[in-house]
Order: sequence, then structure tokens, then C-alpha cells
Amino acid sequence: MTDITARPPAAPVTEIAVPKHPLPQRAKGWLGWAIVAAVLVWSWGPSEMFRATALISDWRNMAEFGKAFLQPNFHDWDQYISDMVVTIQIAIWGTALAVAFGIPFSILCSSNVAPQWIVQPVRRLMDACRAINEIVFALLFVVAVGLGPFAGVMALFVHNLGVFAKLFSEAVEAVDPRPVEGIRVTGAIKVQEVVFGVIPQVMPLWSSFTLYRLETNVRSATTLGIVGAGGIGQTLYESIRSFHYADTAAQIIIVVVTVMLLDLVSARIRKALI
Amino acid sequence: MLSVRNLTLQYPNGKRALADFNLEVKPGELVVVLGGNGSGKTTLLRCITRTLAPTGGEVWLNGTELSHLTGDKLRIARMALALVSQHASLVRRRSVLSNVAAGSLGRHYNMWTAIGGLPSDELQAAYGYLDEVGLRDLARQRAGTLSGGQAQRVAIARALAQKPKAILADEPVASLDPEAAEDIMRLLRRLAEEENLAVLCVLHQVELAYSYAHRVVGIRDGRIEFDLPRADVSREAVKRLYISEAA
Repeated sequence: MTDITARPPAAPVTEIAVPKHPLPQRAKGWLGWAIVAAVLVWSWGPSEMFRATALISDWRNMAEFGKAFLQPNFHDWDQYISDMVVTIQIAIWGTALAVAFGIPFSILCSSNVAPQWIVQPVRRLMDACRAINEIVFALLFVVAVGLGPFAGVMALFVHNLGVFAKLFSEAVEAVDPRPVEGIRVTGAIKVQEVVFGVIPQVMPLWSSFTLYRLETNVRSATTLGIVGAGGIGQTLYESIRSFHYADTAAQIIIVVVTVMLLDLVSARIRKALI
Repeated sequence: MLSVRNLTLQYPNGKRALADFNLEVKPGELVVVLGGNGSGKTTLLRCITRTLAPTGGEVWLNGTELSHLTGDKLRIARMALALVSQHASLVRRRSVLSNVAAGSLGRHYNMWTAIGGLPSDELQAAYGYLDEVGLRDLARQRAGTLSGGQAQRVAIARALAQKPKAILADEPVASLDPEAAEDIMRLLRRLAEEENLAVLCVLHQVELAYSYAHRVVGIRDGRIEFDLPRADVSREAVKRLYISEAA
């Protein structure tokens, strides 16, 4: 009887040649790297990369900055903290409004919930919100509603509306359809299907996205101050413009510590939610 | 009474998934449908619930013809038919109690349910249905923490919350161990008898059909091979249902 488990003696490992990728396949890889190199060369001149040597030749300027940053001036710390709190408050309201309006828009952007004739135009509208940076919106809102935190809130709201609509709708499109069908067969209407079948499934992801964007928005709110939309950004810009680098250093440290604390807290909350 | 008359589903390519199918399930009766893969068992249930549109025939439930209804009329008529599927299809992050009470959603269209609320009387009733399936103690637990057998019991409780005239069960024990499968079949039979429900159940487990069905319907290639009280169903007749599949 033949022993089907018997195998022919194996060749020594060193004798087995590892097959190489065929030449066209290797050429594709080289072509990819060549394209990357060409794009970098193409961008070199317009982005003035040739001035990178200034980092070394003008080292004294950098040293002056560095020296001041090593001696941060916390004399007005209470003012800086108060400005930082305003920045966080701007981010909170910008995020809250974007979530509140982003939820219905995300449902309308989800192809497994809404018909295509609604999905496509709403998606394009949300793309437009997302494509324009917060600073551009801040400049527009400063003109519309005047200098101050409210312009910052509105700028964050409009930009993040597009971001949340995309993130939330992607979560909706990935839900398990079976619980939704389970709700549908009870005779539920479409709104009930979404509220009882879809939203409970996406809630942990939505909460996680919200916390992540809140962190991001605190950072963004800092820069919005530069164009007059309130918060610590405005103070920071004034300090830099008046060459008060020691004050600037203190403000930057407060921003960094706040963002780190937020990151720690939100990471813990996200972990608990998922 | 659930009644299917000359039900036919023909695909555009000419293949008939169901051909002149006739079946009646009386209140208080548990009818089990047996058949090989692709024989048309699930298609039959989907045509009854109208998640698939039959190309011919009628579906009657307590004097209402369902196969020609559309839109809101269909949705309302469908409420009398509860579906229990192979995967319990529960919302895992909601409590067992709210999953059960969700069975009543078809009766409540208002702002409260549109924002995720459930009427307190329905929650109270859901607690009663959970008691009926023996899971009252798990009411506040998340549905995602249940075992397969428990989840299927909760799905049956949700079907009861719908206050249906008939329950359609599509391989409700397919992913359960033998003991849990027996439990579910025992429960379906008890509900049929005590609640006077017409229960139509698609199964692959022949032994469960012999143990719990009042009647057994055998189908092959979308046609009824036999429709008999379980005591009259021979082993040979059942074996023949699966021959084309084995060949």
C-alpha cells in the first residue's frame, strides 16, 4: 500500500533559489520612486528649499529665540490661563455645534440610509465645508460678526461640520445591517430604524471622533486667535509681534501643557467608550 | 391564520425559486419547513414578509391580502408578522429590555420614539415578555453580553412585543448548541399553543422537526414534496429532500 503521507526527501535549503520578481514588476517599483523624486525636485524651487542653509548661517537669530524660550516669563500667568480657558471654550462650542448639525447631515450622507439623490448633493456641500480651512472661515466671520471668540466658534463649527459629516457617515455605512433589519420588521418607520438600529451601533465611534476633534479644535482655536478670533492665539500673536519672546514662551508652554492634558483625558474617555 | 396561495417567484433568468406554493398555518400550530440548501425555504419567508416581491400568488394573514400592498399599508400589515432570524439581530449596545420594547415601535410614531425614547407601558410589557421567555433577570443587561441562546430568546420576546398574529422563524437554532436549540424549539411550540400564534419555522435539524412540529412541510426546488402531520412523515421522505443536494 502507498503511504500518502510519505514525502520525497527535501532539497537542502541553500539549493532552493528564491524566485525574483519579474522585470516589469520591478520596473513598476522603480518608476514609482522616480515619480516621487520628480515631484520633490519640481517643488524645490517654488517652496524656496534652497534657503534651508539659512537655518545654519542665521544661527544667531535662532539662538536669540532659544535663549528667550529658556527663560519663560510667567508674570501674567493668570491672564494666559484665562485666555487659554477662552480658547478651550471656543473649541467646545465649535465642536458642540458641529456635532449637533453634523449628525443629521451625516445620516443624509450615508448611502445605506438615504437615497442617492440626497446623498450626493449633501456630500458635495459637506466637502465644501471641509475643504476650506478654519482660518479662512475665521477671516470671513471676523468680517461678518466682528473680532472676538464668536468668530472663532463659527469658523470651527462650519469647518468641522464637514469633518463630522464625513467621519460619522463612514461609521454609519459600516454598521451591521442585521440589527437594522430586526427593527425594520417590527413595522418601524425610517427615523426609528436609524434611531434604534443605527445610532446605538455607531455611538462609541461617534463619541471617539468627537473627543479627537475636540482636541484638534483646541489646537486650531489657538491659531484662530491670530486672525482676531479671540483666545490665547490673539495674546500669542501680540507677544510675537512685539518681540516679547519670554512671554511667548510662557504662553506656548501653557498651550502645550493644556493640549497634553486634554490628550490624556480624552484618551482615557475614548478607551472607556470603545 | 396565515395562508399562502399559489405563491410563485420567478427570477428574470426564468429560474423558479417558488412554484405554485400553497400552505396554511393555523393559529396554535407550529409548522416546520424542511429542505436542502437553495430549495426555497428562506425565499418563502421573504416572500411572505414581502422583503422579496413574489411574481405570482397571494399571502393572506387574518383576512388581509399582503402581496399587493405597498408603502405604509404594507408596513402596517407587516406588523402582524414577526420575524425571528438566524442571527438574533439585536442592537448589542442597548439593554435587553429596550431591545424587546423596540418590537412595539410600529405602533408608536411620535417625537419621543423619534429621539430614541420608548413608552413606559411598552417597557413594562417588555418586562412581561422577557419573563415569558425566562430572561427577566437580564432585563438591564446589554444585549451584546448575551449567549447565542439567550439572544435568540430575546429576539422571540421582541417578536411577542410586536403583538403578532404569526411568527416566522428563519433557522432560529442554526448557530446554537443542541441544548439551546431544544430550548428555543420548545419555546416556539409553547408560544404557538398558549398564545394561539401561527408559527412557521424553517429548519435544517430534522430531529427537532420530529420532536416539536405539529406539521412538517418538505420542499425541494421551490415545490412542496409533502405537507403532513409530523407522525406521518417518513424518514425516507425527508431523505429524498436532500438527495439533489448530496448528488
